[in-house]
Amino acid sequence: MERIWSWLYAFGRFWYGFIIGDDWTLAATVAVGLVLTAVLNARGFVAWWMVPVLVIVAVGVSLRRASHAHSRVAA
Amino acid sequence: MVIIVVGVGATRGWRSTIVGSAGGFAVLAVLVVGLGAALVAIPIGILRLVIGTLLLAFGIQWYRKGVMRVAARGFAGVAGIPVTEEAEWAGAGMDWTAFALAFKGVLLEGLEIAIIVVSFGVAAKELGLAAVGGISALVLIGGIGLALRGPVTRIPRSVLQLIVGVMLTTFGSFWALEGLGVNWPAGDGAIPGLLVWYLGTALLYITLERRRLLGFQARA
Repeated sequence: MERIWSWLYAFGRFWYGFIIGDDWTLAATVAVGLVLTAVLNARGFVAWWMVPVLVIVAVGVSLRRASHAHSRVAA
Repeated sequence: MVIIVVGVGATRGWRSTIVGSAGGFAVLAVLVVGLGAALVAIPIGILRLVIGTLLLAFGIQWYRKGVMRVAARGFAGVAGIPVTEEAEWAGAGMDWTAFALAFKGVLLEGLEIAIIVVSFGVAAKELGLAAVGGISALVLIGGIGLALRGPVTRIPRSVLQLIVGVMLTTFGSFWALEGLGVNWPAGDGAIPGLLVWYLGTALLYITLERRRLLGFQARA
């Protein structure tokens, strides 16, 4: 039983690392971007640009946050 | 498919990547042999959405890490100057990340190729000939991948991580949105456009990060 739990824990940890990783906001942005795109697309709007734009904005914000955290630690 | 497999192999290690690719091909072979002409009935849209979303979620992480690492280390090593970089995976067992990336890349693209081959084969009533053509294309692409393995291994890991991150983000965005039924402008021609978009912004972020790092070092 303990072996099954440890396997399940490792399995869950792998998928957490794969999808969420170091910054959960990136995965959340992907999810929000896909939902918004699906809604806009279903209503007949041109929505292909949504995910590429949100991805770039999310990475920029994440990099900025990491830079500030690094500066605070080094100061 | 080849670019993803070679990039992941060079970054994370070859053993798990090759096992993942072989696993993808094995599932593909079972599907092709088991379903035959019924392969065209597979809901490829749902597969594109699921696999595209997973590749995008992972790719965006490598994209970010790649920008940070290249900004910190520069492009040292690209011009033949060796750099010491820690491996992404140094464990003794299976690297499941490399396995999953290679498996998904091979399975989805392989399935798309198989569906095209079966569709053409059924339409032309020459399924055998179409299968020979499809297998020959796979062998040729695999050969190109093997030939690329050497030069790709010489690229520094930080740069390679950025390149693979850009590619996974590109293909992940494309497949996920295709799975949602979104029409890309220019169809498959949108892939180079996405590649330029993500690569261009990565270079912009690297420049900004390097400026910030240099400013920080000058103040210290």
